Amino acid sequence: MLEITPLHYSLLSAALFMIGVIGVLARRNIIVVFMSIEIILNAVNINLIALSHQWQNLAGQVFVVFVIAVAAAEAAVGLGILVAFFRNKETVNIDEMSVMRW
Amino acid sequence: MIDTIVTPLLKIAILLNAVLVAVTFLVLMERKVIAWTQSRLGPMRVGPHGILQALADPIKLILKEDITPAKADKWVFTLAPIMSLVPALVVFAVIPFGADPLYYVSDINVGLLFIISMTSIGVYGIILGGWASNSKYPLLASLRASAQLVSYEIAVTMTLVSMIVTAGSLSLVEIVEAQREAGVWFGFIQPVALGLIFIGGLAETNRVPFDLPEAETELTGGFHTEYSGMRFSLFFLAEYANIIVISAIVVIMFFGGWMRPFPNVEVLSFLDLIPSWIWFVMKIFVFLYVFIWIRATFPRYRYDQLMGLGWKVLMPIAIGNLVVTAIVKVLL
Amino acid sequence: MVEAIAFYTLAALILGLAILVITARSAVHSALFLVVDFFFVAVMYVSLGAEFVAVIQILVYAGGIVVLYLFVVMLVSLKREPEQHADTRRLKFQGMLLAGVVLLELVGIGAYAAARDSAPVVARVAVDIPVQGGNTEQLGWVLYTDYLIPFELASILLLVAMVGAIVLAKRSLD
Repeated sequence: MLEITPLHYSLLSAALFMIGVIGVLARRNIIVVFMSIEIILNAVNINLIALSHQWQNLAGQVFVVFVIAVAAAEAAVGLGILVAFFRNKETVNIDEMSVMRW
Repeated sequence: MIDTIVTPLLKIAILLNAVLVAVTFLVLMERKVIAWTQSRLGPMRVGPHGILQALADPIKLILKEDITPAKADKWVFTLAPIMSLVPALVVFAVIPFGADPLYYVSDINVGLLFIISMTSIGVYGIILGGWASNSKYPLLASLRASAQLVSYEIAVTMTLVSMIVTAGSLSLVEIVEAQREAGVWFGFIQPVALGLIFIGGLAETNRVPFDLPEAETELTGGFHTEYSGMRFSLFFLAEYANIIVISAIVVIMFFGGWMRPFPNVEVLSFLDLIPSWIWFVMKIFVFLYVFIWIRATFPRYRYDQLMGLGWKVLMPIAIGNLVVTAIVKVLL
Repeated sequence: MVEAIAFYTLAALILGLAILVITARSAVHSALFLVVDFFFVAVMYVSLGAEFVAVIQILVYAGGIVVLYLFVVMLVSLKREPEQHADTRRLKFQGMLLAGVVLLELVGIGAYAAARDSAPVVARVAVDIPVQGGNTEQLGWVLYTDYLIPFELASILLLVAMVGAIVLAKRSLD
């Protein structure tokens, strides 16, 4: 318990992942759903960095840099879609974003 | 134990006190310099030639009534000035005042990136300040201000990357040492970068000519309209601390940091009697004076001109500077 | 000993703040808790020796992406009043059930790993990096030699995302 092994980091990462998944499932505000997706990506990043530290191999950190870049791209495009949608139907409630045409 | 805990705490205490006192005197200095530019005298009543005005202003701000708007989000309203001030002060932990480890709190090897990231966090104070006031004008003004900050951050970051390429390291101490080894201050071999960082720094700190978000004639005073008393003074402190930070960065990267002029020339070694941190502070004062001078001289940019300048002029020049620097560095 | 205290404190803070993110009633509060959460994750990266990635995390995630989210939250709240309804109706039971199942899995994995005779992990030889120096230099070297093609692809991806976001959010000129 007192010695921190990579297993501890993996457990932390899994717990954070689950919190993110609960956020995606249980919230109706679409922006909070996006933020929960970012929590999920962070959980994965923690795991990658911890394992990269254990094996002294930089591949994990390189992967994390790419995950951060992709998360930035995804946030930009996702919020662009949200803004375009919000212009037509003024809601951020994903229950009401259920039809393609109205 | 003494080395790892007590000494840094002492250094931090001295540094914070020095910075906060410097900020109050910077406010006075600005008023005096602008007054002299306009052929008048500025504050003269409090103390000899108005020196104690620097003490009177904080006392006045502390004693003012602390108003929180109705239906404003209380936690965020209190948090916004804090999120503006803390990143501005934290940066001083990595700014070196001399080569000896006594003169800096810590020299992390990603020091410059740390400074850039703290500048990015400083945007939050502005966004939250406008939003937490629960009123339309501050919200619009804060959105404008944060859009301006984010836009100019890109040009400044690109230019800082070209300086990293020139110096070969991210650590601030090593950037100054690289100038000593190169024998020339980087301000002379990278004048474009100097101009870009200076202009970008003006925009980042919301100074004239880019101070549209907080001018009193625009949008009724900008994002800190609803703030009064100590909270307003925190915003105020944050802005002036940011000015000192930008001056310190410009001095470290372009003008030799703490080194005396001509550090490799032996004839002038009598100048070494002046300790390195005094050279650093003197150089920072020169740039503070330039900031204030610019405020006294230039009119204000309109918002669309401001954004056009940031995206259409400064960013391409910054990227071009980076490409040219990289090519020159590889070829030489 | 100090390491263990540091790790457990950081882990508790990260998990606690993440729970606050998903349960806060106002979207702005969620975004603020998210910023602090990212900051503590960056502190954890520093403790694992990845200081460049930590600063990139603060610069891009906390200082860029969450600013973007805050912008959109505020633009949305300009148009209509923020509603303070609680979102607890949606799939709460299924979400909690799923969380319980995964928690059992986590405990199982932890117990199995603890009970197993932990053979000493033979660290594979690190990637041969001819550049000495801190995390930044080594990461830069690896990014530009071994992982050059993903690097270029990531830059194209970011360009595509930038163009896409502008096209999506632009008002049509009719």
